[in-house]
Amino acid sequence: MAAELDPRALRADFPILEREVNGVPLVYLDSAATSQKPRAVLDAMERYYTETNANVHRGVYALAAEATDRYEAGRFSVARLVGADRRGTVFTKNASEAINLVAWAWGIRNLTAGDAIVVTEMEHHSNIVPWQLVAQITGARVLFTPVDGDGRLDLEWLEVTLRTEPVRMVGVVHVSNVLGTINPVAEIARMAHTYGAKVLVDASQSVPHMPVRFADTGADFMAFTGHKMLGPTGIGVLVADPATLDAMEPFLGGGEMISDVRVEGSTWADLPYKFEAGTPPIAEAVGLGAAADYLMDIGMDAVRAHERSLTAYALGVLSEIDGITIHGPKDPDVRGCPISFSLPDLHPHDIAQLVDRQGVCVRAGHHCAKPLMRTLGVGATARASTYLYNTEQDIDTLARALAEARAFMAA
Amino acid sequence: MGLEDLYQQIILDHYRKPRHRGELAAPSVEVDHNNPVCGDQLHLEVRLEDGRIAEVGHTGDGCSISQASASMMSEAAVGLPVDDAMELIEHFRLMMHREAEPDEDRLGDAIALEGVAKYPVRVKCALLSWMALKDALQTHTATTER
Ligand SMILES: Cc1ncc(COP(=O)(O)O)c(C=O)c1O
Repeated sequence: MAAELDPRALRADFPILEREVNGVPLVYLDSAATSQKPRAVLDAMERYYTETNANVHRGVYALAAEATDRYEAGRFSVARLVGADRRGTVFTKNASEAINLVAWAWGIRNLTAGDAIVVTEMEHHSNIVPWQLVAQITGARVLFTPVDGDGRLDLEWLEVTLRTEPVRMVGVVHVSNVLGTINPVAEIARMAHTYGAKVLVDASQSVPHMPVRFADTGADFMAFTGHKMLGPTGIGVLVADPATLDAMEPFLGGGEMISDVRVEGSTWADLPYKFEAGTPPIAEAVGLGAAADYLMDIGMDAVRAHERSLTAYALGVLSEIDGITIHGPKDPDVRGCPISFSLPDLHPHDIAQLVDRQGVCVRAGHHCAKPLMRTLGVGATARASTYLYNTEQDIDTLARALAEARAFMAA
Repeated sequence: MGLEDLYQQIILDHYRKPRHRGELAAPSVEVDHNNPVCGDQLHLEVRLEDGRIAEVGHTGDGCSISQASASMMSEAAVGLPVDDAMELIEHFRLMMHREAEPDEDRLGDAIALEGVAKYPVRVKCALLSWMALKDALQTHTATTER
């Protein structure tokens, strides 16, 4: 079993956690939006630029070969983290681009008028809007799996829809960035495959926080984003079975992704390069590889165990607050760490502004999940989300800051 | 930077006891505006009479700044000829971008929102109802001229 994780020791790896805001120590509770970066990631990127910078895949000289090696080593680490095939691990700009890649490269050629694309009411906009765009062109329809009062997907609805509609694609978020719900993606994939539909899992909030093996998700495609998993911005990942990607046409065209270009037409490079048009985010891939290595050194079981216990603690502390509504499951075994909440007397915007005085960073808004906000019957929520560097003390500071915010507005 | 600038007592007072909140019996024009960043929603109704704003009613959901601003905007706007209201809206917008010296006579309590200009993400909250009023007045002018 993995060793236990000590957040206090890990904090020393994250330079930003030493800073103060408004004269008080930073209490960063917005890792669902973006995580902080450990020294190992920052150093790897700096080392890449100071020692190895060259364009990849093209140069004959030693430096270019080294740059290519570092870039590919980044891919290898990321693939290893999620148990993926290196050839089926495509670097994109972010999770949104990874999903757009599938929507366009797969969707445009495989969807026809009347087909159904099923997503869920708890999707991030990035797993809704690409499908709506492709639906507009193909004449397919986008259907939404309902979310119940406990923040869980209505799998009966999904089963009936798969049985009665020509569903070609099921897009589902692994862990909701608002509710924290961990969705049973393997079960959903099994259901979808029974009816011949493909499955895309948005793993943006799961890969950073828990052990995720691509094969275990049962998905055909899995998307996630570098900046939420200790890596830099500007890089995301699409994982798929190489056979699936081989059967697809490219998404973006340009340099790097071709085998031959002739005036009468072009042929495509091998995987994964076929889907990586243009000079890729090289330093970012190096940084993301370092992030994956850092996470594997700690062990994803240990990360999950820490966050499960911290989430249980946070749910306990926050539920003591008078009048609070915590959205999503209350059982820490079936949820990740984003905790969205509402207070009857304080608007989320005011909450975020007022707790900032205590150095506490929480997010207020619709969290790019407007269909879910409508289901919840709210315009916005406040959201606290933790990561491996957060402690119970951070949660206590949040609770204290919320009490002070209340007192301030009531005064 | 003290939060007291942002959350002045007069703002909190308008937030807790919003003036002109509710719907009108016979609005001349109504508009819906929302702030895509934070999800604030505002439904604004205006009744015009002889080229003047006779009544304003607002409903919706939002933070203290957007709610207080809607209340203050309504107070400042009622009774104004449409042209003066349009000028006042522009004046308020400039104040929010720190491009105009606030004129308390015209703004009334809304002058207290001056401090919001220091919090760029909240400026949209303060502007929501004012931009809704502008839209309502323009919509009304466009439809009655046609
Ligand atoms: C569940 C989920 N999916 C997708 C995204 C989009 O990530 P990115 O903006 O990096 O593409 C996010 C993050 O905002 C998210 O939380």
